[in-house]
Amino acid sequence: MAQKIVIDPVTRIEGHLKIEVEVDNGKVVDAKSSGTLFRGIELILKGRDPRDACHIVQRICGVCPIGHGTASMLCLDDAFGVKPPPNGRIVRNLIQGANYLQSHILHFYHLAALDYVKGPETSPFIPRYEGDYRLPKEINDKAVEHYIQALTIRKKAQEMLAIFGAKMPHVTVFTAGGVTEEVSAEKIAQFRQYLQEITSFVDNVYIPDVLAVAKAYGDDGFSIGTGCKNMLSYGAFRLTDEDDPDGQKQLFKRGCYANGQFAPVDKNKITEEVKYSWFEDSTTGRYPGEGATVPAPGKAGAYSWLKAPRYNGLPYEVGPLARQWVDKQKDVIGLGEKAFSVLGRHFARALETSQVAHAMFDWLDQLVPGKPAFAPFDVPKEGAGVGLHEAPRGALGHWIAIRDYRIDNYQAVVPTTWNGGPRDAKGQRGPIEEALVGAPVKDPNNPFELVRIVRSFDPCIACAVHVLEIKSVYKNAKSFII
Amino acid sequence: MGLTRREFIKLCMSSAVGASLLTVIGPDLEETLAFAADGKPPVIWIQGASCTGCSISLLNSVEPAIEKVLLDVISLRYHPNVMAGSGHLCAEILEEAASKYQDQFILVVEGGIPTKDKGVYCTIAEKNGKELTMLQAVTTLGKAAKAVIAAGSCASYGGIPGARPNPTGVVGVDQVVKQKPVINISNCPMHPDHFLGTVVYVLKYNQIPELDRYGRPKMFYPEPIHNNCYRRQYFDAGKFARYIGDEGCLAYLGCKGFVAMSDCNKRGWNNNVNWCIKAGAPCQACSEPTFPDESEPFYGVYPLTNKKGVTYPALEPNLKTEFVEHAKVKTS
Repeated sequence: MAQKIVIDPVTRIEGHLKIEVEVDNGKVVDAKSSGTLFRGIELILKGRDPRDACHIVQRICGVCPIGHGTASMLCLDDAFGVKPPPNGRIVRNLIQGANYLQSHILHFYHLAALDYVKGPETSPFIPRYEGDYRLPKEINDKAVEHYIQALTIRKKAQEMLAIFGAKMPHVTVFTAGGVTEEVSAEKIAQFRQYLQEITSFVDNVYIPDVLAVAKAYGDDGFSIGTGCKNMLSYGAFRLTDEDDPDGQKQLFKRGCYANGQFAPVDKNKITEEVKYSWFEDSTTGRYPGEGATVPAPGKAGAYSWLKAPRYNGLPYEVGPLARQWVDKQKDVIGLGEKAFSVLGRHFARALETSQVAHAMFDWLDQLVPGKPAFAPFDVPKEGAGVGLHEAPRGALGHWIAIRDYRIDNYQAVVPTTWNGGPRDAKGQRGPIEEALVGAPVKDPNNPFELVRIVRSFDPCIACAVHVLEIKSVYKNAKSFII
Repeated sequence: MGLTRREFIKLCMSSAVGASLLTVIGPDLEETLAFAADGKPPVIWIQGASCTGCSISLLNSVEPAIEKVLLDVISLRYHPNVMAGSGHLCAEILEEAASKYQDQFILVVEGGIPTKDKGVYCTIAEKNGKELTMLQAVTTLGKAAKAVIAAGSCASYGGIPGARPNPTGVVGVDQVVKQKPVINISNCPMHPDHFLGTVVYVLKYNQIPELDRYGRPKMFYPEPIHNNCYRRQYFDAGKFARYIGDEGCLAYLGCKGFVAMSDCNKRGWNNNVNWCIKAGAPCQACSEPTFPDESEPFYGVYPLTNKKGVTYPALEPNLKTEFVEHAKVKTS
C-alpha cells in the first residue's frame, strides 16, 4: 500500500516549496513538486521603462539578484544594440563571480550541510529530521565551526561585491551598456584582498568539507537523486570583447548533453510546456520570446504553477553539475555515472567555486583604472532582446519586447523552472521529480533522504514562480495550491 | 545600567562614517545580552511575498556578527532559510509560538502579504492537509506577538510585489496587524544595522523606538539623503553628472536622494564599503512608501532648487534622456 508523504514547507531553500511523494515498500514511486507563492513580477514589468528592468528583476530573488540583473543587462544590451567597454564587461564578471562564491558557500554550509552535519542542541538547529548523521564527532564538530566561519566568509564575499556593486543584495550600479561604478586602483586592491581570503577558505575548508561528507556518506550519497541525466548550460562570464553568438568565449561554455552525446545549444529549441501546469493549453510548446502566460486554475490534471521548460522536447537539469559536465571538466566527468547524484552536485558546485575564485584574480588584473565602464545607448522605440546567462543555480534566460519605448513583454525562464518544473505532454517528469523517484525512505516521519535530494539542486522558488499572472477569483483555493 | 535611551538614540544617529552602529554600542550590547541570557527572547521570522533579500541582508550584519545574534542574542525559533527542521515540524513551531509564547516573542515579517482572494497566493506551511496562508499567519501571530517588525520595503509598504498593477493585492504588515504599532524597517533590502539596532532597542528598553509618520524608527531615517550627501557639494556648485560615470551630482541621472529618508549617506552598505550614490548609481528611494512606482523611471528626474535658490528645471522622463545625448558627444 503506497503511502503519501507531504513536506511543506521544505526549508533551507529559497522560497516556498512543497514536495509530495508516494512511497511503496520504502521507496519513492512517484513525486510532485509545487511552489506556493505567486507575485507576478513579469506583469509588474509590463509598461515600465526598459532601462529599469535590470533593477526590478533583481527583486525576483534576493539570493541571486546578480544572475537576474546580469541576464537582464545582456537582454537590454541586445535590444539597445550597445556593447559595454572592457571594464564594464569585467566588472560585471567580478560582481557575478563574487555572487557565485557567496551563493555556493551559503548553499553548502547554511542550506544543505545540516542534512549531514548535526548542529548544536539549540534553535535554529533543532528540531530536525533525525536518523542519519554519520560524520565522526571530531569532523562534525569542525564542520559546525565551519558553519559559523562560513557566515563570515560569505558576508565578506558580499562586501567584496559591493566594492563595485554599491550594495548587496540588489545592486544599483547595473545598467545597459556597462556599470555606473568607476574602476580605480584602490578598488582593485581592496577587492583583491577580500578575494585572497575567500579563495583560501574555498580551497582549504569548503572543498575538504565536501570531500569529508562524500567520504562519510559514500555510495549512499552518490547513488540517490540521479535525475534525468540531460545537462544544459548557456555559459557565463564573457572572457573577450569579441562577438560571441555561440557562447564559446566564456569561462563556462555553452552546450548541452543528452543520451550520452554532447551538442551545441540552439536557443530556438527552447520551449515551455503547460499540460500539467495551471495555464491554458493553447499556450503550450512556445519559444519563450513568443511566450504567453494565461492562467487556467483548476485545470484538470494540472498540479503546478511552474511551467515545464524543455529543450528539443526533453527535460534538462541545469546548475553547477550541468555547467561542469557540459564543459567536460575532468574531475566531474571522471566520476562517470556517479556524477548524476546528490553528492555529485555538491562536488561540482564546490569545484566550480574554486575555478571562479581563481579566474577572478585574472579579471582583476585585466581592469584598467580610469577607463570607462559604461557605453552610451539609445532606447529604441521598438525592439527585442535575449539574454542567456548562467546564474549560480543554472541556465537563466531573459527575453524582452519593447514597444513605444516601454516594456511590452518580459519573460524569464529560470533555473528552478528547469529543475523543479512538472511533467510535460509526453509524461516526462521534471528533473527534481525524476531524481526523487526510486529514492529510499527509511522513516516516513523523518524523510531526510528526500530533502537531501531536493536541496542538492539548490532550488530557488521565488525565481521559479515569478511569472504568474493571476486574474480571476478562485473559489476552491485547494485545487490550485497543491 | 549603561546607556540611557537618549544616549542610545544619539549613538544610533551619529554613527560615524566607517563605524557600524553596533560597534559603537558594543559594550552596552554585551550587557543587554547578559540580561537576556536566561531565556533568550523567541523570534519568529516568516516570509510572505518576498525575495529573501532581507534575510540575506541580515546575514551581512557586521557587528554584532550574525553568528552572535543567532547563538547569543535571540532564540530564532522559526526562519524558513535557517532552521534545521522541515514540513510538519514547522507548523508545530508556529502553533507553539502563538500559544505558549504569547506576548513574549518578536514577530518579524519579511515580504508583503497577498490579500487578494483571501491570501491564497502565498501559503507558508501545512499540517494534516490544512494549509496556512501568509495572511492568516500574520493575523494570528501579529495578535500574539510582543512586538511586530516589518523587515524591508515589501513588508512595510508592499514594495515590488505591491507595485502596479499589484497582481496579488499585496499590502504591508500594518494593513493587517491593527492592534499594535508595526515597526517598519524599510529599504530594499533592509539594512541589517537598522534591524538589529531596533531589536536591541526593544529588548533593552522593553518598548518600541519612536517612529516617524511612515512607521520607521526615527533614529535610522532622520532626514533626506540629499541633505548630507556624498555629492552634495556638486549640487550646490551646480555641477551635475550628464552621463553615467561623469563627475557631479546625480540629480539629472534620476537620483531620488532628496526624498529618500534613510541614513545610507552615513552608514553605507556591506560594512560601509560602498553605497549607491557613491558608486555613481542614482538613488531609487527604496526606503520610501512610494517605491518603486513613484521612483520610476529610475533614470527620470524631479525639479530641484539648490541652496542659492537656483532652480534646475525638471527633465522630462523621456526615454531618450539628455544624458544619453551628452554621453554621445563626450565619447565620439
